[in-house]
Amino acid sequence: MTFIYMSVMYEVLCVQIHFVLLISRQGKVRLTKWYSTYSQKERTKVIRELSGVILTRGPKLCNFVEWRGLKVVYKRYASLYFCMCIDPDGNELEILEIIHHYVEVLDRYFGSVCELDLIYNFHKAYYILDEILISGELQEPGKRTIVRAVAAQDSLVETVKEQTASISTIITQATK
Amino acid sequence: MIRAIRACKTAAEERAVVRKECAAIRAAINENDHDYRHRNLAKLMFIHMLGYPTHFGQMECLKLIASAGFPEKRIGYLGLMLLLDERQEVLMLVTNSLKQDLNHSNQYIVGLALCALGNISSAEMARDLAPDVERLLQFRDPNTRKKAALCSIRIIKKVPDLAENFMYPASSLLKEKHHGVLITGVQLCTDLCKVSSEALEYFRENCIEGLVKTLRDIANSPYSPEYDMAGITDPFLHIRLLKLLRLLGQGDADASDCMTDILAQVASRTESNKNAGNAILYECVQTIMSIEDNGGLRVLAINILGRFLSNRDNNIRYVGLNMLMKAIVVDAKAIQRHRATILECVKDSDASIQKRALELVYLLVNESNVKPLTKELIEYLEVSDQEFKGDITAKICSLIEKFSPEKIWYIDQMLKVLSEAGNFVKDEVWHALIVVISNASDLHGYTVRALYRAFRASTEQESLVRVAVWCIGEYGDMLVNNVGMLDIEEPITVTESDAVDAIEVAIKHHRLDLTTKAMALIALFKLSTRFPACSERIKDIIFQNKRSLVLELQQRSIEFNCILQKYQNIRSALVERMPVLDEATLSGRKAGSLATTVSTSTIAPCNLPNGVAEPAAAPIGDLLDLSSDDVPAPISSGGDFLQDLLAIDLSPASAPSSGTSLPPKAGTDVLLDLLSIGTPSPGESSPSALDMSSSTQDNKALLANLNGLASLSLLPANATSPESSAGAMGLLDVFDPNPQKRDENGPAYPSIVAYESNSLRMTFNFSKQPGDPQTTFIQATFTNRSPNVYDDFLFQAAVPKFLQLQLDPASSNILPASGNGSITQNLKVTNTQHGKKPLAMRIRIAYKVNDEDVLEQGQINNFPSDL
Repeated sequence: MTFIYMSVMYEVLCVQIHFVLLISRQGKVRLTKWYSTYSQKERTKVIRELSGVILTRGPKLCNFVEWRGLKVVYKRYASLYFCMCIDPDGNELEILEIIHHYVEVLDRYFGSVCELDLIYNFHKAYYILDEILISGELQEPGKRTIVRAVAAQDSLVETVKEQTASISTIITQATK
Repeated sequence: MIRAIRACKTAAEERAVVRKECAAIRAAINENDHDYRHRNLAKLMFIHMLGYPTHFGQMECLKLIASAGFPEKRIGYLGLMLLLDERQEVLMLVTNSLKQDLNHSNQYIVGLALCALGNISSAEMARDLAPDVERLLQFRDPNTRKKAALCSIRIIKKVPDLAENFMYPASSLLKEKHHGVLITGVQLCTDLCKVSSEALEYFRENCIEGLVKTLRDIANSPYSPEYDMAGITDPFLHIRLLKLLRLLGQGDADASDCMTDILAQVASRTESNKNAGNAILYECVQTIMSIEDNGGLRVLAINILGRFLSNRDNNIRYVGLNMLMKAIVVDAKAIQRHRATILECVKDSDASIQKRALELVYLLVNESNVKPLTKELIEYLEVSDQEFKGDITAKICSLIEKFSPEKIWYIDQMLKVLSEAGNFVKDEVWHALIVVISNASDLHGYTVRALYRAFRASTEQESLVRVAVWCIGEYGDMLVNNVGMLDIEEPITVTESDAVDAIEVAIKHHRLDLTTKAMALIALFKLSTRFPACSERIKDIIFQNKRSLVLELQQRSIEFNCILQKYQNIRSALVERMPVLDEATLSGRKAGSLATTVSTSTIAPCNLPNGVAEPAAAPIGDLLDLSSDDVPAPISSGGDFLQDLLAIDLSPASAPSSGTSLPPKAGTDVLLDLLSIGTPSPGESSPSALDMSSSTQDNKALLANLNGLASLSLLPANATSPESSAGAMGLLDVFDPNPQKRDENGPAYPSIVAYESNSLRMTFNFSKQPGDPQTTFIQATFTNRSPNVYDDFLFQAAVPKFLQLQLDPASSNILPASGNGSITQNLKVTNTQHGKKPLAMRIRIAYKVNDEDVLEQGQINNFPSDL
């Protein structure tokens, strides 16, 4: 007999957004961010369940799905579904705006973003999300501020890299 | 690497690539490779996203965080947030690095640390780092301030005691100009209000005017490109301000007064042709509904919702319905005006909207509008989707039950529902219908004719067939003779053989299930005296079923056959009409007053000879109802009480074979029956008992006799000692399961000690809902007999695939020492192979004793076999 272990879902915090998911139309996960605590197993289960529900919904239907007593707000941009899970009494329309906000910032940062950008630069997508949301709450409504903050950190990384590169060349030259 | 993974065509190829990469990364970790550490971690995160295990990378994250450079830290924190969650031990190790980074001179590093802390901090970390975060709320850079504000939200949620430390810094954030800081500040205040009433009071006194002014400024502000969303300046800030105002205004008239003007302005002036504007309106309506009463504002709000409902955008309609549900407690009358629109939404093609609308309609129904609304819903039932039918029938049925003005209407509507969607009707609903029918004595004729008509039209709906069959069996004569004709009825001629035909159809129909067929068989048996002309045919049909492959049917038909042939004299008494079923009992049971009350009340009438002697008396109805209620129904799958009610003669006979029995039930009938059927069961009957039964036509005498025996059988240790007379034996064997039976009626199944170790003990209590034999509710109780307290107690259970398991949260995660308390946790197990396979479960219990982890595991094999 095969046994499947299960444990209780812990919902300790009531945060505005429980998690953010980006799923491609084929059901591939492009980004996940969990603000409530889910164990690894629960996470895969949630992803599987939700992609089943969301990807099968028709285009004209509303963007909200009731799921396990929570609500999932999703919106499709090209081939990507952006999903955010909120409490049942949250403001669904606002979440739609937050999703749109995120997409616009991505668009500004990458310059007309596409799915491939998010695949190869997935860490950048996370950095941007971290500038928009912390612990499931909105952090910054200004798009320019966000792009500027991410870009500043990027350039900081670049300068450090250049420095180390130049130092290592100096060292190699010195040791020659 | 990403490219390589994307190039994979099959899942197996992908796994191979990932395995190779993981191996390379592991090797690099072992070699302590500095240069590629961040690149490896980045790869690992990608692998993690694909759903592969990456726990071996956790330590790498910590190393990267601890290193000095910004790039390493950046990727390290990202990894930390992705790969770990707050429950992991490793997290404790990062506290120190976080503390250092919070005090770092580079604002971006501080930002990273705050972000990580905000996303994954545990209660301990929150406590440790709260002072640093508090200080950062006054940092000069606004980006850091806003991050610190959100971090504080996490901290106060984790550790509500810390709320007061954050109160004053939070209120100073409200005066900020920078939108990011302002938003987070407002959010922080909102959360402070939620966790601390002190903070709520403080903000109420000091900040309302400021907030109202901010909201006014932002609402009137000119176009600003940075914060513009679809023509509205910063909808997010709007929404957050409205939320905070809602909290402040709730339950405080003065505060509510302060904000009425601005709310009216927002409600009336916000553009509603874009999503952003609607989001604000939605929030505004919510605020208006929650703050202290202001008639004018509420009208405005309801009007906005009305506009939402008629909007073409599905999203807007959805939130409109959602909001109306909340508003209904405030102003039901205003919402009644939108009834027609809401009904339209029930018929929408979108499942989410349908569901919301249906719930709303359900709330809207009252005594005055139940008739038209039910009519609409039933009409819609005909065309609705299959998936939605279950929901909608459940709602209709409960509406009909709750508000029905008269019985005939109730019966009519239920018939409609049954013939439309009988397959979706729950058992208790049609049970209730039968009780109502049986109570409406003037409508018996009408009902049976209507049912007969519906049954003729279609046999597709299981529960319709059941009710019809039951009624034809009980009131067959009324069907044929057109008794109690109502004016509204169309005349119908049914001959006796037509009625028998109908039942025969039910027995032979291949799609109907066992319960229905058994009910049909009983109906047929009952008809045998009502239609003397057809009795030969009935005998034939019963005779055919003697060869049925289904044990239940076979047994029943053999019994009935036996009665038809041998016991002509008592037959008419046996098949007398059911006593009127007791509505109070039914509703009482529904209310859930199961267990002990039931078992005690069954005992009483059992021992009362007069109660048993008069079949029509109420206590008997009671007894019948109750005793059969929680019968585990070893053979029948339905477990429905009606079947058992009707199967008066079946149960005692099945007792020896199945090991479960019922208490004496229908007085005289059963008695004779017991004895007559006692004959074929080998070894347990005795000639004397049989003699007694056949010779004693005087039921009362026998009853008295039996009563004595029954009380004898109540003696402990099942007084069936060999010394007892043979005659008593026969009866006793039938009766001595009684005491046990009553036990079962209470907790239904004995509790078991499911697991026991040196110090830990787990007991299971079982209960079932009537009518759902597959599902078992288990209450697990843990007790700790050791002298040490168990912390972080976590119970996990696993079941084989044919079982479904659902765990509710435990009552606590700390188990007191030496048995001074216990933890309880509820489980729900659904056995899809009920009756075929017993329950099985593996358990794992983890806890901490003196800060040491302990894991106990075990398998539970001692479940009662018939769960």
